Formats: sequence, structure tokens, C-alpha cells
Amino acid sequence: MVTTTPSGKTSTATARAVRGGEGKPLLSIRDFKVEYRTGGGATVQAVRGVDLDLYPGESLALVGESGCGKTTFGLGLLRLLPRLGHASGKVIFNRGDGTEIDILGLDGRDLREFRWRDAAMVFQGAMNAFNPVLKIRAHMHDTMRAHTKATRQEIEDRAGELLRLVRLEPERVMDCYPHELSGGMRQRVLIAMSLLLEPEVLILDEPTTALDILTQRSIVDVLHEVRERLGFSMIFISHDLSLAAELADRVATMYAGRLVETGGVRDLFYRPRHPYTLGLIKAVPPIVGDLPDLESIPGGPPSLAALPKGCTFNPRCKFATDECREAEPDLLPVTDEPGSAHDVACIHWKDVHLDREVPNQDLGTAS
Amino acid sequence: MTEATIPVTAIGTTGVSRFAGIMKSLRRSPAGFIGFVLVALLVLISAIGPFFTPEVAPNVKEILLPAGTPGHLLGTDNEGKDVLIQMIAGGRTVIFVGFVAAAISTIIAIVLGSLAAYLGGWVDSVVVTAADVFLTVPQIVLLAVLGAFFKLDSPVLLALLVGGLSWPVLTRAVRAQVFSLKEREFVEAARLLDLGTPRVVFVEILPNMASFILMNFMIGVTNAIYQLVGLYLLGLAPLTGSNWGIMLNRAWIAGAIFNDNSLAWILSPIVAIILLLLGLVMMTRSLEEILNPRLRDR
Amino acid sequence: MSALEKTPETTAESRTPLMTLAGVSQVFDTKAGPIRAVDNIDLSVNPGEVLCLVGESGSGKTTAARMAAGLARPTDGKVEFAGNDIWSMNRSDFGRFRRGVQYVHQDPYASLNPTRTILQTITAPLLKHRVVKGNKAAADKAAELLTKVDLTPPENYLPKFPHQLSGGQRQRVSVARALTLDPKLIIADESTSMLDVSIRISVLAMLGRLRDDLGVGFLFITHDLAIAKYFGWNGKTAVMYLGRIVEFGPTPKIINAPTHPYTRALIDAIPEPDPDLTKTKGRESLRSLEIPSLAHLPSGCSFHPRCPLFEDGLCDGEVPQLVEIRPGQSAACHVVARDGAGEVRPDEPVA
Repeated sequence: MVTTTPSGKTSTATARAVRGGEGKPLLSIRDFKVEYRTGGGATVQAVRGVDLDLYPGESLALVGESGCGKTTFGLGLLRLLPRLGHASGKVIFNRGDGTEIDILGLDGRDLREFRWRDAAMVFQGAMNAFNPVLKIRAHMHDTMRAHTKATRQEIEDRAGELLRLVRLEPERVMDCYPHELSGGMRQRVLIAMSLLLEPEVLILDEPTTALDILTQRSIVDVLHEVRERLGFSMIFISHDLSLAAELADRVATMYAGRLVETGGVRDLFYRPRHPYTLGLIKAVPPIVGDLPDLESIPGGPPSLAALPKGCTFNPRCKFATDECREAEPDLLPVTDEPGSAHDVACIHWKDVHLDREVPNQDLGTAS
Repeated sequence: MTEATIPVTAIGTTGVSRFAGIMKSLRRSPAGFIGFVLVALLVLISAIGPFFTPEVAPNVKEILLPAGTPGHLLGTDNEGKDVLIQMIAGGRTVIFVGFVAAAISTIIAIVLGSLAAYLGGWVDSVVVTAADVFLTVPQIVLLAVLGAFFKLDSPVLLALLVGGLSWPVLTRAVRAQVFSLKEREFVEAARLLDLGTPRVVFVEILPNMASFILMNFMIGVTNAIYQLVGLYLLGLAPLTGSNWGIMLNRAWIAGAIFNDNSLAWILSPIVAIILLLLGLVMMTRSLEEILNPRLRDR
Repeated sequence: MSALEKTPETTAESRTPLMTLAGVSQVFDTKAGPIRAVDNIDLSVNPGEVLCLVGESGSGKTTAARMAAGLARPTDGKVEFAGNDIWSMNRSDFGRFRRGVQYVHQDPYASLNPTRTILQTITAPLLKHRVVKGNKAAADKAAELLTKVDLTPPENYLPKFPHQLSGGQRQRVSVARALTLDPKLIIADESTSMLDVSIRISVLAMLGRLRDDLGVGFLFITHDLAIAKYFGWNGKTAVMYLGRIVEFGPTPKIINAPTHPYTRALIDAIPEPDPDLTKTKGRESLRSLEIPSLAHLPSGCSFHPRCPLFEDGLCDGEVPQLVEIRPGQSAACHVVARDGAGEVRPDEPVA
């Protein structure tokens, strides 16, 4: 079962992601850090040096427990951090015309332009993104007019087209107030709105959390379709591994503000090499089949204010040795998988294997 | 973003060190600290000052001396009594009535408001109706009428009256708070454990309103002082004894405002009352920041 | 499949169910008219058994749970505890029921009193109901309970306030508190849905051990079928949709061989933690994405406007009743009742 025969879409994306591959990354993130000032003049690093490339057309999932810094990462990328947050490092966005811009150096007009035209973000709580006293039509027009010189009719057409793409009827939805729509409809309107200016990158932060299963399914299907049609890149932040398995070409696991593993979706799910990724996968109950043998990761994520010495995962890790408590490992390529772009930050990666030969065990002994 | 774990420093916080924490953050907020010092100073002077100052007696030779006169730092009034000594002696009643009246109205509000919300039904209707009726009657007019019936010369009676009339607003606020708290899951859990109504109300619900109640108590103090001073200024309470309100009334009646020499006489009680109220308001505002975790975490 | 044989189906008949909801309805009067949050449902939980109640928001699962806990009074029907109607009990019997049925809430941040220490929270019911005598004995008992929910060593947790614990730890405290009065039934209302994946399984495993060791029955409410499957594998599952039970049966059958189109849609919709499987999983699309309002339920089967099996004139006529489709497994669907459950699905292991 655990064989890597790259198939279809996945393989092209993986190929693109190969280090030194021909395609230039759309978004090139280097040593990205986010600090929060806390009371008493102290600072806490929520994102501690992330290197990541996003290639055109690629869908990247960022997974991890709550408090691992993944939301902060997304907000930091678009410079949407709260007042007390500060992002540093380099985030180079490669516009199709050959110009490169450093997002962290943008301000004012340029930043606003970047946020809708080049990259857009869809947040978790769809309600907060809308002004409750404006109809959907007004939201669409305001967004378009703030960035383009489109005429009324052009805006109507564009909005209608996108709404239909997310399986909504423009005639009905445009004249609604946000509260008149269901949660799933609002989320779809938000996706349509974020695509108004044809951004190259869409960042989605837990877009289906708190939605019902069937509604979640409709959002996932819509994302599949829209991406196929419009071909934008996507960074998808989620705590839900199953969703990542479904939507991502590539997955990055985040722990305590750093990436601990990145790789193609099949590499990561079938051959995780970081004990944390392995732990996450083993903790998710699948729905198909018999009762699986699940395991939880002991303990909880560390406080960012008091990180353990060495590898930050070592207190929860069953592979940990004294060496792990000395230095924090770098994210390095997995060497025994030729052709794949699979990086891991663990000195014991060779010992980490997922064996999903699931015996039919019952829950009584699973603990 | 909510953090699943807590910083190590938060471990070991107990009830005692929580008070220490309040004091610490009070010092960190300058406005709150100034307010706290102001109130503490005025309360301290009023409480122990009179033990160290001589009795004031009318002295016809020294009437209306200006401020700065040797021996009479704030001058004298139209009977020749020293203003400073009167000021020191005159805070007691005002502060006493302010705090006791606020305590009375707060206690009434807590008991009525929480029972109305928790028990609901007819208890709730009776309390709400009573509060509404009280709210529609202008309090100062009611006080004036009552002042005609009772001899309001004892501070206790004054406090009872002022406090007994100002509970409705807070009662409704407490009721609203308990209404939202009683739906909270930990209250439901206590009910499922059959812990009994008094315990659920007074042990599970009320401590969660401590900051809310404390803040409203402080607001109650300022309101009671306003009303008391208003009563005196309008001459609705008997002008026996000596306090800031009575001083103000006397100085006003005597036309002190038109006489340069007696400016300190009329300004002293005004400034004292303003300082006290300002101190209370500043303290309350920063207490709100300290006690409301949502504001604190910003 | 050994798990199936363990299901106490045959012995269950002879016992009195611990908790029974018989023809229970709950109607809320709102400005938009009456809302039937729960419409005529029958459920029962036997001692030491697990019953999972699965549904999306608005399915009525929480309302049903609250009626079972005696927190809400049904507008119609009977809630029985050990065979006695709880709403016609005298005071002392009702007290016994209250203490015998405990609730573990969803939100670990709201279910513990922020002003009380863990010790105070757990000893309060112990002292109030004289489970133990004296503060010392109560503290010992509290430590014992914390050990049962894997909060060890208990001395580390007893003096703490809720805000000093993580979500998973708080949820364990909630369970320990529910255990203080030695309940016969624990109603777990989405008790793990707010926990991180990594922690969720360990809390579920702990609950599973309590069920096995202490013989506590569980009414387990969740929107997540995968969690229902994991916790309730040896028990039964009822799937609710808009206030009605649409499918009921042993959990492995509901998960691996669902018969009602709604259950099938739910199971199909769930993504798998396996990229190849989740991308190739067959999915029948629904006719509509919209969930009808409870205030204006569709006629007949309330799933008919979305159902892929919809047949004009059949499905929008009468409300379908639960009928047995396979042994022990029943569904409320006109089409399935007429045609049977159809072919065995490709992903269905042969049971």
C-alpha cells in the first residue's frame, strides 16, 4: 500500500515543487518570523523562521494543532497582524510580469493593491468579514471599485460569474444581507469575493471549520472546481488532516512556530518522517473500514514563551534521545526518497515509519 | 488565537496573590493609581484627621479671613470658623454616607437581581415591576418629600434613604448578568449535581460577577455623594453639624462667591468633592480594565 | 467481526433500559411560529451501553440530550429513568435521577467555574450529598477521581484554577466531576469536538475505559461520524435529521453499510486522512445544498428536497417511519423500505 506512484495532478505539482526545478516560485518565503509584544515589554515569537516556496497553481496545506502559529503565519503573510504583532524576514512575491515585490516592505496603496490583486485571504468566521448593514451586492461593488475602474455592468457580470462558480444564484444572493445567508453560503460568497480581482494566491484559514459536514463538503467541492477553472495557488491552513489530504498537493506540518516537515501530500500521508506528523496522522479516525488503531500524542503543545530546549517536540516524542534535547534540528531533505521534495526536521527521521496495517481491535484495548 | 497551554508564570496564582496582582496592575495604570491615592488620602484624612484638630468655635473677630492668613490656611467663614478644620471634619459624613448608601443599594440589588433572574416567574415579575416603578419617580424629588417627613440629621438615616432609593438600576443590571451567567455550562453542571439553589446562586454565579459588582459599587458611591451634596445644596436636609455639603450650602447662601476673601471657603468643599469623585471614577475605570479579562489581555 | 458479536443485543431485551425516550417531542414557540426541534423520537440506552446520537446542527440531537438529562421538559412523550417517568417522580426520586445522569458539556472553557479551584469544583458535590465525610476524605476522593481520568499526579491539579489547565485537561476535570456521584449514565454532548485531534483520542480512550471499568452507560452526542465510530463501535448509533431519527442500528453497520440516503451522504462527505482514498471516494451529489428551516419543514420526508433517491409523490407525501431494513438496522425512507438497501457499496467490508 505504501508505494509512491505519483499519479495525475499530484505528480505535476510535486515536480514543480522540486528544489531547483525550472518554474520560479510564486511566493518565496525566507526566514519568516512573527513576534508579538506581550505585557511588560516581553516578546513572544509565534512564527520562528519559516522557509517555504509556493509554486504557481499549487495547493499547499499548513497543518498543526491550535497554537502552533499557523494562523499567525497566514495573517503575517498578508500583513494583517494585530497591532502588537511584527513580521520580519523576506516574503518575495513574483508577479507574472517578472517584477518581484517584497511584501514586508510594502505600505499604504501598494499593500492594499497586493492584498486583493495578488493575494486574498478567506477567514474562519465568515460573518466577521462582512459589514452587516451592506448587501452582498454592495460588498462586491465596493471591493471592485476600490481596486479597478470597472463599470457597474462589468462588476455585476464578474460577481455573477463567480457566484455561479461557487454554486450560488446571483439573482438571489446579491440582494441579501449577510445575516440572511446560511454559514455555508456566506463562506462561498466570501470565496467568490476573494476571487473578484483574480488573485494569484488565495490563503484560506480554516475555511470549513464550524460548518456542518454536508456544507463542508460543498465548500471543498467548490474549491476543487474553482481552482481547476481559475488556476490560482492556495495556502490552506487547517487543523483537519483529512481536509489537507483532500485539498493539498503539498503539505507542511507546523509545530511551535516552525515547519517540521514538508512534502508532497502522498509522501507526507503515506511516509511521514517526523514523529509529530506521524502522531497527527495516527490520531485521526478514518470513517471507512473497521475500527482503526489510533494513538494520541501525549501532552500538549508548548507555550511559545517557554519552549523546550533542543527540538521543541522532544518532551512529547517517543523517539527522543539526549541528542534531541541539545539543538533544534534544521529542515533537511529526506535522502532515501529520490525524486521527491520531502524535507524533515528530525534527526531520527530514518526510524519514523507509518505502518497502517490495521488490525481489527476494539476500543477497550486501544487506550 | 487562543493558546492551548498557559505560560509557566500563571501557575500558582491563588486568591491571595490575585489581590496582589490587582494592586500590581493598579500601579501599572497611572490613572488608576492616582485615583487610588486620591481616594485613600481623602478617606484617611477624614477618618483620623478630626482626632488631631481642635474644635472650631465661632469667632466674630476673625470672620471671612482670606486663604493664606497665618493660622488659618484656608481662611475662615462668616462666623469666623477655620475652613481647613471644617474641611478635615466635614469629609466623614460625605464619605460614610457615600459608601454605606452604595453598600445598601448594592446588597439589595444583588439579592433581588440574582433571585429574580435565577428563579424567574413571578419573583422576576415582582422585582422588575418594583424596580420600574422606583425608576419612574425622580429620586431627588422623592428625597425632598421624604426629607419633609423624616428628620434627616443622622448619617445612617441619610445613607439608608439614599441607598434604599438607588437600587433599581443596579438590580436590573445584576439581573441581566445573572440571566446570562445562569445559562453558562458550569452553572448547569452545578444544577445537575443537585447542589441546591442558594449554593448555585451565591457560590457558583455571584463570584463570577465580583468585578462587575465592585465596579458598580464604586459608581454607586459617586452617585450617592452626588445626591447627598445635592440634598444639602438645595437645603433639603437639615443643616446641623458640619460637612462638605453643609459648608457648600452655607457659603452659597452667604454669597461667598461674590467676595474675594471667601473664595477659599466656597471652593474648598467643591474641590474636595471633585477630587473624591475624580479619584473614584479614575479608580473605577482602571479597575474595569484590571478586572475584565478581555480588556486586560489586549 | 468479533466486535459485532459482543453487542449485547440479545441480553438487552431482558433488562430494563436505563434511559428511555418514548415518543418524545420538543416544540419551541418562536416569532416565526412553532419549531419542532425534536419530533416524536424513541431511544433507549441500556446499562453500560453506548448510544451515539449523530446529526448536523439543527438535527435536534442536543435538544434530545437535554431532555434525557432532565434539563428540558418534553412537550410530548415520556422520559423514563430505570422505567419511571422522570416528570411524575417525587422529589427524592427526581434527586436520584438527577444524580444518576450526568452531563459533560462541549466547551471545556465554559463548563468549569473560573473562580473555583479544581478541588472545590470536585469536592462540592461530594460534600453536599455526603458521599464522603469531612474535607480530608473529600480531598482524597477528589484525588482518586482525578487519577481515574488520567490527571496524575492529582496533587498537581487539585489546587489549580481552570484557566491554568489546557482544554483537554479541563475536559478531564469535567468528566471527574460528572463521576463524583457515581452516575449510571453520562451524556456527552460534543464533549471532544473542541479539542485538538492529538488530544481528542486520548480523552475518548479514557471515556471508553470508564465505560468498560465502571459500567457507565453513555449517550454520546456528536456531529462527527468518525468519532461516533471510534467511541461507539460496540454500541448503537442513531442518525438524526431535522428533529427526526432517520437511521438506527449497530454502529459498525451504520458506518460501513448505511441504508438511508442521508446517512450515506454524510459518510460520503467526510474527507479521509488518506489522499488517494479521499480523492477517489465515490460521492453522490445532493439535489440541493440548502438545509430547510425547522420552522417550514418540507412535507413528507424532510430530506426529500435534497435526496438523490427522491421520487415524486412518494417522498413528499407521508412522513416515513423507521422500519427494519436489515436485522437490527432500521431507516426512515420510503424508497429504501420498498427497494431494500440496494447493492453492497464498494468500500463496504463484507460483514
